[in-house]
Amino acid sequence: MNQHVTAEVADPAHSPPADREDVVRLVDLKRRFGATPALDGVSLAVRKGEILGIIGRSGAGKSTLIRCLNGLERPDTGEVVIEGREIGRLGERELQPLRRRIGMIFQHFNLLSAKTVEDNVALPLKIEGRPRAERLARATELLELVGLSEKAKAYPAALSGGQKQRVGIARALAARPALLLSDEATSALDPETTRSILALLKDINRRLGLTILLITHEMEVIRSIADRVAVIDAGRIVEEGPVWSVFADPRSEITRSLLGGIRPQLPDEIASRLAPAGGGETILRIDVAGEAARGPLLSDLATAVPGPFRLVHGGIDHVQQQPVGTLFLAVPGNDAKHLLEVIAFLKTREARVEVLGHVAGSV
Amino acid sequence: MSPVLFELLIRSIWETVLMTGASGLISLVFGLPLGLALVATDRGGIAESLWVNRALAAVINGFRSVPFIILLVALIPVTRLIVGTSIGTWAAIVPLSIAATPYYARIAEVSLREVDHGLIEAARAMGGNRWTIIREVLVPEALPGIVAGFTVTLVTLAGASAMAGAIGAGGLGDLAIRYGYQRFETSVMVAVVIVLIILVCGIQWAGDRLVARLDRR
Repeated sequence: MNQHVTAEVADPAHSPPADREDVVRLVDLKRRFGATPALDGVSLAVRKGEILGIIGRSGAGKSTLIRCLNGLERPDTGEVVIEGREIGRLGERELQPLRRRIGMIFQHFNLLSAKTVEDNVALPLKIEGRPRAERLARATELLELVGLSEKAKAYPAALSGGQKQRVGIARALAARPALLLSDEATSALDPETTRSILALLKDINRRLGLTILLITHEMEVIRSIADRVAVIDAGRIVEEGPVWSVFADPRSEITRSLLGGIRPQLPDEIASRLAPAGGGETILRIDVAGEAARGPLLSDLATAVPGPFRLVHGGIDHVQQQPVGTLFLAVPGNDAKHLLEVIAFLKTREARVEVLGHVAGSV
Repeated sequence: MSPVLFELLIRSIWETVLMTGASGLISLVFGLPLGLALVATDRGGIAESLWVNRALAAVINGFRSVPFIILLVALIPVTRLIVGTSIGTWAAIVPLSIAATPYYARIAEVSLREVDHGLIEAARAMGGNRWTIIREVLVPEALPGIVAGFTVTLVTLAGASAMAGAIGAGGLGDLAIRYGYQRFETSVMVAVVIVLIILVCGIQWAGDRLVARLDRR
């Protein structure tokens, strides 16, 4: 009679093994807004000390997901476990002390305009009921950490975007949280400021061992600081893994499209002339990562399979100190045997090879 | 202007200042919490309760739709209950306050509603309760608007207090009607108008100064 229910509980995908190192564990979260599901069965774990990046397009459910972690949003069904405690059924009053264990930074900083920088930073401690002297001491310490000591008495309106976000970070750290949530924290900042804010977050992660969960729509953010990445689309996690391996071998269409901006792509003028068959040159896409990308791949290819080939586009990138490469080669001629030998050799080097098509004449 | 009339003018100024100031203060004390209640109980507010919200709004609209001169008379029993008399300056403060409180509540509501929702969310994310949100976010962030709205209310009250002459409250408006208009004492009329202009400008100037000092945006 209860077969169906039992089967669901036993399903390993729905109940990942309890891991003491997980700061956050989400189990099959669902949340609807009217008819549209914002979260459609999300299961995810955030490990202690890691930076987990969640990436997705706007409307993919990122914001709803991150808000479920501190109870700003309630899932319809599913479990949110923070430091071993299920928070889904807690009331607002019980959530309040728990939220003090979780810092949050925002896209638009959300600093209080009527308070000075140091009072903004000290606010979480004021909420905790700490004495004023302790609050100010902590604010001073944190402003030093984020490099804004001289702005302690200034009001947020006098700060630049990057400085505001530094204050936001200092404020989020005030109550010594176990987890930092970053909601598109760099999306309103210019590229240079973004880099400095990301470097600060990485530094805090290393120095304080703080677990960070960030959501973003920019792969560049994931690439610069995340250890692991989860790709969310239409309320579901479609891909998850170490950043370098997802970069090296994206499984889903959405991941490939999100990577499009920062991974080498076949130049348009070649892509537009690509035909499924015909003479001229054959265009190959070669993806290599890890050890395979460290070796002298192309010179070995030239030695092992004599014959001409040209590098059309691409290169080796480094993600999390791992080489991740994408190369586009043009192999001239119609010699199918030669082409197969090239592909076979590349496969022995653990490269992934894809024949994209043929281009008539010279590229 | 005769010394007698001058003395009357001074007394009237004091009566107007007293009526405006006292009813202004009362409307601030009751109107601000009322404005907070309107914002907090509204949809998506920090204490959402649509039923309470609608009831409050209905009462406020009810009081605001009654013309002041009618309210002044209709509230006579209430005034007698509170002040012990239904005539005089103190008696006028009751209907003035009752008229100004819902007026100010609506003005405060507008300022409070304009506080960025992200700030409330940030305070919630820090583990703040409703009281924290009101004390640390809503009121301080809306303060420039709350003060500017209070200035508007005071100026409106200075005008409304002219009608309080109908229940023998005295004041500048009463002086202008009885002496300036009915007895053709043009000098009294001119003096009253000048004093009122100075009074209103003074209130506005002080209010603007305070807003400028408070506004950190």
